[in-house]
Amino acid sequence: MSDEASTTKSYLTPFNIIAGIIVIIGLFITALRFTKGLGAVTNLSDNNPWGIWIGFDLLVGVALAAGGYVTSAAVYIFGMKRYHSAVRPAILTGFLGYALVVVALNYDVGRPWRLPFPFIVQQGTTSLLFEVAACVALYLTVLFIEFTPAAMEWLGLKRARNIVVKLTLLLTIFGVILSTLHQSSLGALFLIAPSKLHPLWYSPYLPVFFFVSSIIAGLSMVIFESTLSHRYFADKMDEAHLKEKDDIALGFGKAASLVLAGYFIIKVIGISEGNNWHLLGTSYGLWFLVELFGFVALPCFLYAVGVREKKLKLIKWTAVLTVLGIIVNRFNICLVAFNWHLPSSERYFPHWMEIGISVFLVTAGLIAFRFIVTRMPILYAHPDYPEEH
Amino acid sequence: MSITRRKFLGWLGAASLGTTLGTTAHAASNKEFKGYPESRGVLFDNTRCIGCRKCEQGCNKVNELPAPDRPFDELSVLETKRRTTAKAYTVVNRYEKVSSPKAPVYSKIQCNHCLEPACASACFVRAFSKTEIGAVTYDESVCVGCRYCMIACPFEIPTYEYDKAFTPRVMKCTMCHPRVIKGLLPGCVEACPTEALTYGKRDDLLRIGGERIRKFPERYVNHIYGENEMGGTSWLYLSGVPFGEVGMREDLGITPAPKLTSGALSGVPMVVGLWPVLLTGVYAINKRKERIEREEKQLAVADALEKARAEAESKLAEAMEQAKKEKEAAIEKAVNTAMEEAAKAQTEETADAPTEEAAKNAGEEDA
Ligand code: SF4
Ligand code: SF4
Ligand code: SF4
Repeated sequence: MSDEASTTKSYLTPFNIIAGIIVIIGLFITALRFTKGLGAVTNLSDNNPWGIWIGFDLLVGVALAAGGYVTSAAVYIFGMKRYHSAVRPAILTGFLGYALVVVALNYDVGRPWRLPFPFIVQQGTTSLLFEVAACVALYLTVLFIEFTPAAMEWLGLKRARNIVVKLTLLLTIFGVILSTLHQSSLGALFLIAPSKLHPLWYSPYLPVFFFVSSIIAGLSMVIFESTLSHRYFADKMDEAHLKEKDDIALGFGKAASLVLAGYFIIKVIGISEGNNWHLLGTSYGLWFLVELFGFVALPCFLYAVGVREKKLKLIKWTAVLTVLGIIVNRFNICLVAFNWHLPSSERYFPHWMEIGISVFLVTAGLIAFRFIVTRMPILYAHPDYPEEH
Repeated sequence: MSITRRKFLGWLGAASLGTTLGTTAHAASNKEFKGYPESRGVLFDNTRCIGCRKCEQGCNKVNELPAPDRPFDELSVLETKRRTTAKAYTVVNRYEKVSSPKAPVYSKIQCNHCLEPACASACFVRAFSKTEIGAVTYDESVCVGCRYCMIACPFEIPTYEYDKAFTPRVMKCTMCHPRVIKGLLPGCVEACPTEALTYGKRDDLLRIGGERIRKFPERYVNHIYGENEMGGTSWLYLSGVPFGEVGMREDLGITPAPKLTSGALSGVPMVVGLWPVLLTGVYAINKRKERIEREEKQLAVADALEKARAEAESKLAEAMEQAKKEKEAAIEKAVNTAMEEAAKAQTEETADAPTEEAAKNAGEEDA
């Protein structure tokens, strides 16, 4: 399996064939989208102005790309040097994630060529979306700079690379500030619509929920991503990566378990604050409980067991469950519990072409990830630059 | 970093400036905004409405909207509940199931031109403004098309031109702002045959509404919808039946939309101000811890080295001593043996002389 991804002799590997088909379909939908308009490829409507391109590509995308700031903060600020080998893959995943979020927004907004307008023409500073846009734009830049050392090592630009490496701490702190702001603001976007979001999900704490759950998402994604990398790119990994891999799963799993416990508690506080206990008996309440127990309490418990008994397999599967939980949560807020007051005929369900674009973008991300890790020193330290941090 | 941070603070400054200027939304403000004193509005009285759809037609005409799928005089359209669309800024709905013998009751919807509009506070390019005359207007030339305004509007009013690829716009009632500033009436008000719609200063409309309720208490519900809903709206409503029965939400509360997000916005300077300090602090603590650890380690290493050296030295000295002693002893021994041997040799020489001769002889014999 592991050499399948890196073989250069035949391009007709299963991955390439499937990816190729997805890319062709994606390009076809792209052409439709930009020549015929949003109406031709989406099920968006006046009642449902946001679909999965916001619910999945933006909300889930940004949450799952949180591994970058979580890992670099742990290593460079909190001094957990033993996870150093996790930083570069996490930064790369974060960078690609954010880049795709921005690409996806170009599909979603009506006039994408005006995306810089909020910065250069008129600033709508009362809008939380402005804060999101500003922070995402700045953070994408930060991630790009944080990623460049790997590219420069690959290209042999020693001088420039050393300058950027010196900025590590500054970039990390800046990244944490920006991430705190926009991760929470994504939740705060929905604060303006208490009449449309189901009271079990609407809470003045939405920004806090989003921020805390982004840490969980980031930690779990690092575990998940390192598992996949190990499976498909083991030949690219150096000794440090192979050695630290299990240590990372244990350490991040433990952290995720703790944060999940905290998240569970504040979610419960959220219900009691809004005094929404009676709503738990409704069908939305049931679904809320599934989210709370199945995707928060359960992974919290499983992580704890996995760490205590050093069961790496369990930790890895829990990471998958947790990532799913984040997707469920973001979908609930943006799509399922949003507009819950409308009759089902006026509710939204994605058009297959909307799903097609989302799949296309994720595939593009995987292709880019593979291109980069098979060339640049991501999963191993470059021999000319032994770990000197 | 400092520049960007300053920029951030600049944006925040701009946000609070927006509050004092009052032309856009009023985020992060705790002062109550009761609207511009002279601002206009429309009062809709559903006890006078006959569901003729003339207002829809008038709106369509003055705003030059595309022709409807079914003509305006076709009243069967009222059989299904409708909402505003990109082709219709206003629609009238019929409600049969109401708690009054006066059924059916009609209700007209369009943008309510909120005093503190959710749409304006949500727009990240400030495409909306609340004009002093009352209308909430939209500037198509800056709109990015993110549709967050549509998410934000509690009355579900703004619509979008999804079928346009290059120039999609948000579409909503303008309270006929271009007509009003020319001194004309809004299209719908002008078209209404029954005076279900009254245009005027919002303060006057509130008074008129109050009077109607006072004069005919059996005819009206004792509430003017829009007086306080979502912080107040320029459109006001009188009704003969509870508002909930004619599709108007009664659970919106009186909090203006910008206030819902002001808390989250005021968190921004907190994060921007505190995070760098905290994080640098944590970093410094860890650095210090590391340094102390490193120093301690170095000290320990030096200590160990020193000890090892001293030990080695003393061992060496000992060894040398030992060696010296051994050497001396060896020399002594060697001297002694040599002397002993010499003495032995002397005695042997004298004693063994004949033997030597014998050996010589033996050798010769062999040859
Ligand atoms: S009704 Fe909706 S669109 Fe009209 S001003 Fe209020 S928030 Fe904006
Ligand atoms: S769709 Fe246009 S008007 Fe509405 S919030 Fe976005 S930029 Fe503003
Ligand atoms: S024109 Fe007047 S009476 Fe006719 S539907 Fe409109 S508001 Fe009602």
